[in-house]
Amino acid sequence: MNLTLKVWRQNGAEDKGRIVEYKISDISPDMSFLEMMDVLNGQLIDKGDNPVSFDHDCREGICGSCSMYINGEPHGPENLITTCQLHMRSFKDGDTIYIEPWRAAAFPVIKDLVVDRSAFDAIIQVGGYVSVNTSGNTQDANAIPIPKADADSAFDAATCIGCGACVATCKNSSAMLFTSAKISHLAHLPQGKVEAKERALNMVAKMDELGFGNCTNTGDCEVQCPKGISLDNIALMNREFLGASLKSEK
Amino acid sequence: MTKLFDNIPEGPLVDKWTKYKADAKLVNPSNRRNIDVIVVGTGLAGASAAASLGEMGFNVKSFCFQDSPRRAHSIAAQGGINAAKNYQNDGDSTYRLFYDTIKGGDYRSREANVYRLAEVSTNIIDQCVAQGVPFAREYGGLLDNRSFGGVQVQRTFYAKGQTGQQLLIGAYQALSRQISKGSVTMHNRHEMMDIVKVDGKARGIIARNLITGEIERHSAHAVVIASGGYGNVFFLSTNAMGSNCTASWKSYKSGALFGNPCYVQIHPTCIPVSGDHQSKLTLMSESLRNDGRIWVPKKKEDAQAIANGEKTALDIPEEDRDYYLERKYPAFGNLVPRDVASRAAKERCDAGFGVSKTGQAVFLDFSDAIKRMGKDVVAARYGNLFQMYEKIAAENPYELPMKIYPAVHYTMGGVWVDYNLQTTVPGLFAAGEANFSDHGANRLGASALMQGLADGYFVLPYTISNYLADDIRTEKISTESAEFEKAEKAVKERLDFFINNKGTKSVDYFHKKLGKIIWENCGMARNKEDLENAIKEVKELREEFWKDLRVPGVQNGLNQELEKAGRVADFIELGELMCYDALDRQESCGGHFREEYQTPEGEAMRNDEDYTYVAAWEYKGENETPELHKEDLTYENIELKQRSYK
Repeated sequence: MNLTLKVWRQNGAEDKGRIVEYKISDISPDMSFLEMMDVLNGQLIDKGDNPVSFDHDCREGICGSCSMYINGEPHGPENLITTCQLHMRSFKDGDTIYIEPWRAAAFPVIKDLVVDRSAFDAIIQVGGYVSVNTSGNTQDANAIPIPKADADSAFDAATCIGCGACVATCKNSSAMLFTSAKISHLAHLPQGKVEAKERALNMVAKMDELGFGNCTNTGDCEVQCPKGISLDNIALMNREFLGASLKSEK
Repeated sequence: MTKLFDNIPEGPLVDKWTKYKADAKLVNPSNRRNIDVIVVGTGLAGASAAASLGEMGFNVKSFCFQDSPRRAHSIAAQGGINAAKNYQNDGDSTYRLFYDTIKGGDYRSREANVYRLAEVSTNIIDQCVAQGVPFAREYGGLLDNRSFGGVQVQRTFYAKGQTGQQLLIGAYQALSRQISKGSVTMHNRHEMMDIVKVDGKARGIIARNLITGEIERHSAHAVVIASGGYGNVFFLSTNAMGSNCTASWKSYKSGALFGNPCYVQIHPTCIPVSGDHQSKLTLMSESLRNDGRIWVPKKKEDAQAIANGEKTALDIPEEDRDYYLERKYPAFGNLVPRDVASRAAKERCDAGFGVSKTGQAVFLDFSDAIKRMGKDVVAARYGNLFQMYEKIAAENPYELPMKIYPAVHYTMGGVWVDYNLQTTVPGLFAAGEANFSDHGANRLGASALMQGLADGYFVLPYTISNYLADDIRTEKISTESAEFEKAEKAVKERLDFFINNKGTKSVDYFHKKLGKIIWENCGMARNKEDLENAIKEVKELREEFWKDLRVPGVQNGLNQELEKAGRVADFIELGELMCYDALDRQESCGGHFREEYQTPEGEAMRNDEDYTYVAAWEYKGENETPELHKEDLTYENIELKQRSYK
């Protein structure tokens, strides 16, 4: 396949950034999208140009590093996959492909397609955990039976990979889906219930403080989430948050 | 000469760890906050170690090259984690897990370490459940288990095909909690560049801020290397693109011995290579072998027809299919250990029965499982893996069998450590895949997660305290010393060299070449002649690398090519060491298969008389041949036998 790529180039946080056009040829439909980017970068290096910087690591859809906005959609045209799982067979010969970074105030661009997502870590750090120390003496793992349905719901929420597609696609750059997934994961388990109220209050406050926008129930996040994290989690978070706010003395 | 002391406590096997814990020296809580510990890597071993040491009150500095600690490659582990809980009442016990691990490792691991691993395995599950790790459960609400290769009990805990992800998120959350408390300082997007030793002890690291390019000095009373394995020496592996050996390699070059570098695990079930553009390989979890059956056609012409696209698997009648693992190993069938399954696949493909264009693929077939349990049950167990396969291979595995082939997956070798997980450099510890300690010559499935978390949650907190107890009077380590100065200068010079070299070839060019040399000569089958050639070729490649490498861009800013250059420079050197080790070991064991040493049936033939030792290599300087030290392995509790899975 021969393609025209329009790639966002930005040399550092201070640079204004611009779209640069590249022609690329002999792309195999069996290549992954990132392997196509490797080919582009190989060409740029051979010409003495700077290759395009982009985040990527596991290349099997689980680490959450890759983060490209492809033709106006996070992770490209297919649903339920990350950029690294996208293959060139999803495109046609002669296509023009726009490749941009995540865009959100809370995710500033570092260089080219690389953005800073440490705001997600900051949200987890204010309560996205169960406060239990390491010890050889926690109770036996089977001491508290957990209904399968609850365990499954917790698991489904916990499969979030923290890639940020939900924020990138949201017109308000809201982090509600990400935050609610963690709140919901832990609220479904007896181990997480003890701190559930405080967790909801702290994580929501942090999210607001970091410059993520509000939720207006458009639901694009759920559509674009590579792991299919459900909007139901946001509903659960709102319940937790509201309940906690009413009881809170803060 | 460096002397090897395994520092295994005296006494009966079952009491060693208990006795160690009882005798270990402690650091008073008020002293802990004055003691710094650096942890490099935030995978299962690194994150769990940093979180646990932080909880204890040590002042921890944690480093990862990724943009968040949650992205470490432990996250990609799929199948599960072993623990001797015996919840299924199928005769499991600490002893049996210990025995299976020693046997699975082809009798090349240390009894005391492995027993400790089996012992703490149950604590790991308790700990993870307490953290909110959502393991799979049965309808009664209790934890579910499944089987993995090389064992006859069900002791593997799992969370669909995302067990590594869930365990890592658990450790990441524990780590996040300590970061918020201020006991752990997190340095994301930082690459460890070198170890700094002061008066013979590890006292810090030089790190590069990958965003600004700034070279930073960080000091500590002890340093933990938990930076994973070195599978990316092969260029193509199931490791993440950024997985690298730099921290381990710098440890080696600063005096830590490197143990068993030739022990590499080639995982039997990966998606085959599709073309030259391939950047990495994707694993299909071993758990699939619980229900999938592996086969190739009995007739070569059928294999040919499938490879040419004239037939599909569905056109081959049952009687013309060769379920070769079930045929050769009736006792374990499709669940033989990984090294055995990989070699069997290679043997069939080399004999001309491969089922893809490249001739390098066998079938992993779920049609019987779907018939037996229904599509829904299969989807519930393996849905995400099937989806992953379909995205890459563009075939629906519910309808057509998967095509799989072995690929580099895990390295059993690593930095040599004693019972304390301490290297031969005082104050330098290595944990998880980065060390060599527990898996011998072959790792059993679902044991990597177990070892990473055992080291980080339950072993290092004791052994590091024991070490640091003698260090409480040492003040904060200054970063202004001549040692830090010198290390920083060397790091800067090397980076400047890369940028200013302006050769003609990219980093990937050299990395791919290295991968090809090592895969062909030090991969699934090795022999003397090939290994000797490989050493020569790697030396030449190394020379060419330093002459003709081109790294675009600048040092003082984000430069991913520069990051890769440093990593590949280290891979090239480690590749050479792997060949030396494979050459020295004139026997076949586990993942190390020397063609000269096999039984008439083609099984690995060990030589216990001469090779029941850990090969620990000492760095002797640039262009010098490394020196081999031998740690004799003594088996007091297990009788050495030829492994049989028939």
